[in-house]
Amino acid sequence: MEKPNLFKDSIMPVGVILLTVLVIWYVSAVFLNAPFERDTAARAGTEITFSEILPKTMFQQRPVLPAPHQVIAEIWNTTVLMPITSKRSLVYHAWITLSATLLGFGIGTVLGILLAVGIVHNRAMDRSLMPWVIASQTIPILAIAPMIIVVLNAVGISGLLPKALISTYLSFFPIVVGMVKGLRAPEQIQLDLMHTYYASPSQTFWKLRWPSSMPYLFASLKVAIAISLVGAIVGELPTGAVSGLGARLLAGSYYGQTVQIWSALFMAAALAATLVIIVGLAHTAVLKRMGMKP
Amino acid sequence: MNYGLLFGAIAFWLAAWATNEWLVRRKFRTPSANGVVRLAVPLLFGVSILVLWEGLVRGLHVPSVLLPPPSMIWTRLINSVPTLWADFQQTFLKAVITGYALGCGLGFLVAIAIDRSPFLQKGLLPLGNFVSALPVIGVAPIMVMWFGFDWQSKVAVVVIMTFFPMLVNTVSGLAAASAMERDLMHTYAASWFQTLVKLRLPAAWPFIFNALKINSTLALIGAIVAEFFGTPIVGMGFRISTEVGRMNVDMVWAEIAVAAVAGSAFYGIVALIERAVTFWHPSVRNARTA
Repeated sequence: MEKPNLFKDSIMPVGVILLTVLVIWYVSAVFLNAPFERDTAARAGTEITFSEILPKTMFQQRPVLPAPHQVIAEIWNTTVLMPITSKRSLVYHAWITLSATLLGFGIGTVLGILLAVGIVHNRAMDRSLMPWVIASQTIPILAIAPMIIVVLNAVGISGLLPKALISTYLSFFPIVVGMVKGLRAPEQIQLDLMHTYYASPSQTFWKLRWPSSMPYLFASLKVAIAISLVGAIVGELPTGAVSGLGARLLAGSYYGQTVQIWSALFMAAALAATLVIIVGLAHTAVLKRMGMKP
Repeated sequence: MNYGLLFGAIAFWLAAWATNEWLVRRKFRTPSANGVVRLAVPLLFGVSILVLWEGLVRGLHVPSVLLPPPSMIWTRLINSVPTLWADFQQTFLKAVITGYALGCGLGFLVAIAIDRSPFLQKGLLPLGNFVSALPVIGVAPIMVMWFGFDWQSKVAVVVIMTFFPMLVNTVSGLAAASAMERDLMHTYAASWFQTLVKLRLPAAWPFIFNALKINSTLALIGAIVAEFFGTPIVGMGFRISTEVGRMNVDMVWAEIAVAAVAGSAFYGIVALIERAVTFWHPSVRNARTA
């Protein structure tokens, strides 16, 4: 068997694809932004050659497709060069979104685990609740998001909690489904062994069911944290674009600030990647402590 | 406060719960009775939730702006069928179906195209997995800017959202056939195309249908959320956001009910096709015998 080579098998192919994407991006930026320059030139009554258009398409104020370096410059300007407390700082907006995401994710995880424990231990709950939990995944929950926000606003609850509730709602279902599967993962033979040890139900739970559900829990947590970020971003849309990454997206689309949209998008992507990686690291650490191979 | 309604609803809920407890503990002799119980238990639970909702809202006099009772939502639904149908046509029939077909089709074709190049697979798979975890929904404002307010921009959002799950699942599905089975095809002197059609695609169906099921939900979410960023004056997402603004919460709930039924039906149809196509798979066989 050939030893897997990190460079040859992962870094190089991914790098080449990323480079291709970058090249395609630059080329399409030129072609998508060129008509605007031609129009400006035609209105001024001058002819413009392609070699004159080319540099101009790289530095438009409101390009159809901003060039990558414009996005990077915008991100640099709004994160490093801007004080964190400023309303124009992307770090500030990312923090608003992140706090809602984490709060919602936390509540969703606890609720999901509790419900899964109930479903595993009570047959009536299993039979009556489980079909609805599965059916509810097919419903576009995000459609309810603006209503939850506006209605809770009307009662006087605003700010972090409504957004967090949407994240909770979204992150809760993958966790229930994953945990039910995980808590049922021990085989009959293992349950019988616990029975011969005269283990109480709570001992069976903590010493057998809970440890064996960990891989399933972490797989669901990865899905859940990604989806609760989506929930927080969508939850920020109908609040009238005050703060948060979703608000940046909406404000950018109202005022045609494409560079701002793209930089908010990249920030959201970086946030999602970081969160998923953190959950992945926790996964490896927990499984290692439990003596399991990840 | 109307205590009669309140306690009536709670009593009904408790009675339904007790009936369910009794039903799941009883053993029925005939398989058909077991089937009926299997269906009746969740149905009874659903009905009891609706009754509880109605009773609590009416009994506690919750303002209908906050949470309208189910009966009010139902009346609204019946009375505004033309509007709901127009929204359904705009969002579901035009944006979701087109985008879903295009996105899944493209994902499938690209997966087949890169099948013969391990290099491209190694490059695209980690990226595809990565993109699947991203809040792709954020491209909605950009797509609205590029493709205009009408359904074309929603199709674009749906295509982007559904493409990557399909790509990743198809590629891993095509790798699912074991080396032994492949060797057998090789001894038959089967060409790459024959191996693909007769062995590897059938082995990949469970993975592909998994992606199709995930995408059926994603597509509806994508289309509805994309409408928050700009749309002509029709569409489910548009209706939800404007009626919320006008505090017509019953209309919003009616629209959500339509979205829920459409989403579940879409998922159900895909699941039914899956059962027909992957009849050999253990998960389907077990469900049939159990």
